[in-house]
Amino acid sequence: MNETNFFLKYAYIIPLLPLSSFFINIFFGKRLPRKGDWVSLLTIVTALVMAIGIFYEVIVQGFSPDFKYHVTYPWLTVMDRFHVNIGILVDNLTAIMLVVVTLVSTLVHLFSVGYMHGDPKYNRFFAYLSIFSFSMLGLVLSESVFFLFIFWELVGLSSYLLIGFWFEKKSASYASKKAFITNRVGDFGFLAGILIIFAATGVFGFDEIFASVAAGKLTGTLLTMAGIGLFCGAVGKSAQFPLHVWLPDAMEGPTPVSALIHAATMVAAGVYLIGRMYPVFTADAFLVIAYTGTVTLFIAATIALAQNDIKKILAYSTVSQLGFMVCGLGVGGYTAGLAHLATHAGFKACMFLGSGSVIHAVHSQDIFDMGELRKKMPITFVTFLIGTLAIAGVPFFSGFFSKDMILGDALAFAMLNPKHYALFIVPMFTAGLTAFYMFRLVFVTFFGHARDHHKFDHAHESPFTMAFPLIVLALLSFAFPFEHNNWFKTLIVKPKSAVVLPAGAGHGAAPKHEAAPVAAGEAKHEATPAAEVAPHAVAPAEQAAVAPAEHGAAPAAGHGAVETAGISAEEKEHAAHVKHVTHVAHGIAMYMSLAVAGTGILLAIVVYILGWIDPAKVKAACLPVHTFLANKWYFDELYEVTIIALVMAAARAMAWFDQKVVDGAVNLVASINKWACMFVGRFDNLVVDGAVNAVANATIGGGTVLRRLQTGKIYHYAFVLVGGVVVLFLLKAF
Amino acid sequence: MSLDKFLVVSAALFCCGLYTIMTRRNGVALLMGVELILNAANINFVAFSHYLGKVMGGQIFAVFVIVIAAAEAAVALSIFLRLFATAGSVEVDTADSLKN
Repeated sequence: MNETNFFLKYAYIIPLLPLSSFFINIFFGKRLPRKGDWVSLLTIVTALVMAIGIFYEVIVQGFSPDFKYHVTYPWLTVMDRFHVNIGILVDNLTAIMLVVVTLVSTLVHLFSVGYMHGDPKYNRFFAYLSIFSFSMLGLVLSESVFFLFIFWELVGLSSYLLIGFWFEKKSASYASKKAFITNRVGDFGFLAGILIIFAATGVFGFDEIFASVAAGKLTGTLLTMAGIGLFCGAVGKSAQFPLHVWLPDAMEGPTPVSALIHAATMVAAGVYLIGRMYPVFTADAFLVIAYTGTVTLFIAATIALAQNDIKKILAYSTVSQLGFMVCGLGVGGYTAGLAHLATHAGFKACMFLGSGSVIHAVHSQDIFDMGELRKKMPITFVTFLIGTLAIAGVPFFSGFFSKDMILGDALAFAMLNPKHYALFIVPMFTAGLTAFYMFRLVFVTFFGHARDHHKFDHAHESPFTMAFPLIVLALLSFAFPFEHNNWFKTLIVKPKSAVVLPAGAGHGAAPKHEAAPVAAGEAKHEATPAAEVAPHAVAPAEQAAVAPAEHGAAPAAGHGAVETAGISAEEKEHAAHVKHVTHVAHGIAMYMSLAVAGTGILLAIVVYILGWIDPAKVKAACLPVHTFLANKWYFDELYEVTIIALVMAAARAMAWFDQKVVDGAVNLVASINKWACMFVGRFDNLVVDGAVNAVANATIGGGTVLRRLQTGKIYHYAFVLVGGVVVLFLLKAF
Repeated sequence: MSLDKFLVVSAALFCCGLYTIMTRRNGVALLMGVELILNAANINFVAFSHYLGKVMGGQIFAVFVIVIAAAEAAVALSIFLRLFATAGSVEVDTADSLKN
């Protein structure tokens, strides 16, 4: 690494660029030429250039798994106990995320120039895109969980604004509220997790938290609770199982927004959070994460089978793919989950923008209004097909690269923990479902015969500003940008766990098995040379790595050194076993996933191209199932009658209490006051004012009487004068 | 001649002046009454000075009074001139516009 890290030094400017264009566009956008879209474009392109510069400096020049650029300044200090730092943290993950966010954001900006053309709120749309870019870039650059939370809420806000962009539509304003409130539920858990960590460690910075946890300040159940709390935030933002209902509704927003926020970047923030806080999750927390992801990916994939709205299908496939990422992270596939994040951002943004292009052309979202569009929209068709091949997991495409890793890690986990085999079987089956429903979408939309001739005749290829982003994203859906030189797997390696096993359980065999995925990661990590650590790179992972070994041995200290040595030998053996299993599992998983994806694609061809099986007959044969899936497992209805009904009842009770009791008390006080005031008022009018008036009247009366004496006639005065002298004289004489 | 005779003349003169002031409405007549009173006072000054004091203080005072009376007469007559020009008469009862 050299010392001229020009772009790294100015990394903090990246989020400030879109922030500035937000302020320019929101206040002056309407008066600028072209309604200010070029301001947003210019800033985001500059941010992209800087992000690529950082990517070059970190990934290409740095090329070390431990690379870390960390700047921090004290921001807030209260009574020497509460410290919050402000700063930025750039490591390999951040560098990749910066490029993903700025690249997709730039392409979406470009696409929106065509897509939103002529919208009355054109400038506001670009302002919102800018504030979103600012928040998301701030989120990935945060160096403490405190700032991560701030930006986390900011992306939630921009998501709300953009889903409800066409708020004149009732459905859009409902969808934005639903997204916001559902996210609040998850964020409550997130905040609780942050507070548990802060209460135990007293710090917010990622590195400091890891160091404190490794030092044993937070262990056991409380640490599991903290991890699950953090995961709750991810559940909300990444639309995982209980809280996934908002994401499909979020498709009410403009399609470029769906591509940027609800497919590529913001929904991946939850996955990013899990990756960022990876060292503090305990084995139990990982199990919760893995099962949540598995349930999510299965439910969403089955729902996607029965949807006809092109954006809804893509939305459910997004939920399903997010489930894959979460599941991958949960089973210990750190690299796999984050790789899927990066590849998914590319191909899903490609498909969403492709769907936007299709919607723009035919003015309908129902795939059965389309058909044969490949002849009318060749660029959209080819790029969409590439994206579909990627998501289905066909070799040489990016989805294969990452999904295969997830399935391999899931299988390895299942082989080491046989009672959790569902964590492998369900995702593997769902991979087949994914291939099927995505190819169903492609075949119905682009192949066959035009179903609606009026719409078909009207359809046309989109302008260049809309086609260009599709081409760029399609190129990123190939595997070679990620597999070249194996850089992704080399640079994104699992950080060592900071979890300290509780003193009582440190010995037993069971917790060691539970911790298997963690151990597996550590085993892999040992393979990378730690000597390549950059000179000024801080490596908390290393400190954290040393600590658990020591603490794990601590309970054994009473039994003497011999036994401690024995444990470490046993652990080494175990690690070797894990490494072997992982290797075998990845081989098996690759062939199985190929077979499953192939089956899914073939089935789609058989049904929708060759027509050997009539989908209508299948639908009729299992109508209850279809109805169940088409109604999205009745999640919305379930929430309607349970949670929403409960909240509404509580709200009504509160309203009654407020109106009758609280308002009653207030009104009572008011009437008492009124009475008292009336008496005081009368006293004031009669007594106080009466006294004042009496004085005034006396003065007037006295004046009226006495003024008669002042005649102004000189002989009167002379007469009184003489009279006075006479009286004085008489008084003196007698 | 004794002092009391001068005082009687002086008192008679004062009473004439006082009577004039109390009975007449004409401004010029009032001024004449005031002159009578002043001269009554002058007679007193000179008489007391002659019989009681060995210095000329009373006489000098009388000269002062005459001078002041001349000035006063000049001011008062000019006021009456203006009064006559505006009100058409020098009856002092009619000059009551400040009061009413």
